Amino acid sequence: MKNCVVSTTASVMAEEELPGVLILDIGGTHGVLENLAPLLKKHFRLITMKEFLENKKEMSKKIQSVFVFECRPTVDRELLESLPNLKVIGNSGVGVDHLDLKMISNFGVKVTNTPHAVADSTADIGMALMLASARRLVEGCQIAVSPDTKCFAVDWLGVEVTRATLGIVGMGSIGYKVAQRARAFNMRILYHNRNRRRKEEEEAVGAHYCEKMEDLLQQSDFVMLVVNLTPETHKLIGKKELGLMKPTATLINISRGAVIDQGALVEALQNKVIRAAALDVTYPEPLPRDHPLLKLNNIIITPHIGTATVQAIRMMAEEAIANMLAVLNGQPIPSEVFPK
Amino acid sequence: TKPCGRRSSSFPSLDPPAGFVQELPYVLVDCIGGRYGVYEDHAEFLKKHFHLIAMKEYLENKKFLSKKIRAIYMWYHKPVIKEELLQSLPNLKIVASSGVGIDHLDLNLLSRYGVKVSNTPFVVSTDTADLGMALMLASSRRLVEGYQIAVSPDTEYFPADWLGAEVSGATLGIVGMGTIGYKVAERAKAFEMKILYHNRNQRNKEEESAVGAIYCKKIDDLLQQSDFVLLSVNLTPQTHKLIGKRELELMKPTATLINISRGLVVDQDALVEALQNKVIKAAALDVTYPEPLPRDHPLLKLKNVIITPHIGSATKKTRRLMMENMVESIHAGLRGLPIPNEVLL
Repeated sequence: MKNCVVSTTASVMAEEELPGVLILDIGGTHGVLENLAPLLKKHFRLITMKEFLENKKEMSKKIQSVFVFECRPTVDRELLESLPNLKVIGNSGVGVDHLDLKMISNFGVKVTNTPHAVADSTADIGMALMLASARRLVEGCQIAVSPDTKCFAVDWLGVEVTRATLGIVGMGSIGYKVAQRARAFNMRILYHNRNRRRKEEEEAVGAHYCEKMEDLLQQSDFVMLVVNLTPETHKLIGKKELGLMKPTATLINISRGAVIDQGALVEALQNKVIRAAALDVTYPEPLPRDHPLLKLNNIIITPHIGTATVQAIRMMAEEAIANMLAVLNGQPIPSEVFPK
Repeated sequence: TKPCGRRSSSFPSLDPPAGFVQELPYVLVDCIGGRYGVYEDHAEFLKKHFHLIAMKEYLENKKFLSKKIRAIYMWYHKPVIKEELLQSLPNLKIVASSGVGIDHLDLNLLSRYGVKVSNTPFVVSTDTADLGMALMLASSRRLVEGYQIAVSPDTEYFPADWLGAEVSGATLGIVGMGTIGYKVAERAKAFEMKILYHNRNQRNKEEESAVGAIYCKKIDDLLQQSDFVLLSVNLTPQTHKLIGKRELELMKPTATLINISRGLVVDQDALVEALQNKVIKAAALDVTYPEPLPRDHPLLKLKNVIITPHIGSATKKTRRLMMENMVESIHAGLRGLPIPNEVLL
């Protein structure tokens, strides 16, 4: 059977001839956003998990791709075994720590992610968290609207962002965009990365390489984590690292919750080993409602909204679709992810 | 003989010649310490330069002190200066006011009494620009709402269909491109924003191209094209209620209004209506009129508003620099030298 020629419009193809893509659901609490469905339908026959489970025999052969949106559907061995024609898992988002890359690879299935679509919005959230934490924005809002507020105190102060030192741990696409933004605030930028960036790239943002993460931790007023989650970066920031940070420093995490030893972070914040933290990611998400992190007053947490913009969600879907189609058409794949 | 004044070495040019014994100048402040007074650590520094007289002390000993007081150190709009006070301070030469805004001062009145005025325009500029960016990002990405979801006891999962709007690549319209407005533009450029600006005077070509800012001679053009409208003008009779019903209606329904200037630059009632009727998407205000708002004010109840308690310059470093600037201005004013940061009529 020929591969679908997807350069022609879908109106020419009967829906049944389009390759099948498995999704959890359209809409609802965890499903693909409704306005993304038409984008997918242009190139694929959409098959929801419910449809698949109700008619496994027929549907299983049609499914050539899985569109993973906000980590769902879960791709486990059982699912992979039941999809004989599966060629690609197209992940919406750049992080793939929720996928067992080795296992998927053993089934001869490719995995793709969306590094370009996420970069601007995630860098923006990093900056938003740094500014909000430094200037005590959330606290300030609470004071401004509190029924008990009679006067604004004059001795209520935050810390400066302009001219402070930002240490970026993980200088990939997102980390580099953070550096570009921070530079405009006249920040002194240090970075730690597996590999050093080229001189021109460093100079363009005024970033200084710290081969040893310790050096970055000791000098930074703000430490921002922008690594991906791998066995090497799991609990990258623990008690030792927090102890190396300045007591006036703020930790910002826009990578994955498991990059930080959360128990150590709680202790560090309680004992004022560091000044504050601002986390877009935790482990798990959401945290249990009785978790100590939720009770601290020197922390801001946001509900993993790094790519939660109308524009980014759409761009992620488009990038995932382009990747999946490239695999199905035997073309060069823009963003394939390989197991280590 | 009076005790010799100890001078701080940060102002060597203002040190008295060696051997010259001089009394420290008497400077009036509202109060020291507490939530609204001059900071205690600032007072330590100030006392090396001045004989500080708190308002309470002055009122208890007017007869002696009124002739001694030659300067007023006005920290966050206190002490309030009325004609009665000016009449009773015959040797008052200068009022040093903290911050850049001087809309709370009657400059004509002070001029009639021959009293000079100084403010602190430049030191506040980066912190205020930073806060403008913070408000724009927090509003656009729904940070405060998101925080509430993240910590709420009722939260069981994070909804997938909960979205904000992108700042990167959006259009920012800056109304008032002075020192602060320009620093906002510098920051916004790094987010690849398209930058429009409206100002009494157009900036020169180099300044414009350095931040990629496009001049809008008519504010209407800026309002119609912007995703974010940021107000960084000073408050004058010309800018009073600059943004009213008409201006809000010219804005996009998807636009956000950010105010880091003065509450009175916006017609607040018109703003409430515009937000209630979704004429604009949202507002983020560091300033209101009055501050704080009455606790039953409609702005406090709207979901699409964030308000911060006038914290544009609220960092330790900046407040310290403000204080040092004010000391410099007072010294110069008392010696008849050119006054740094003098506010002219």
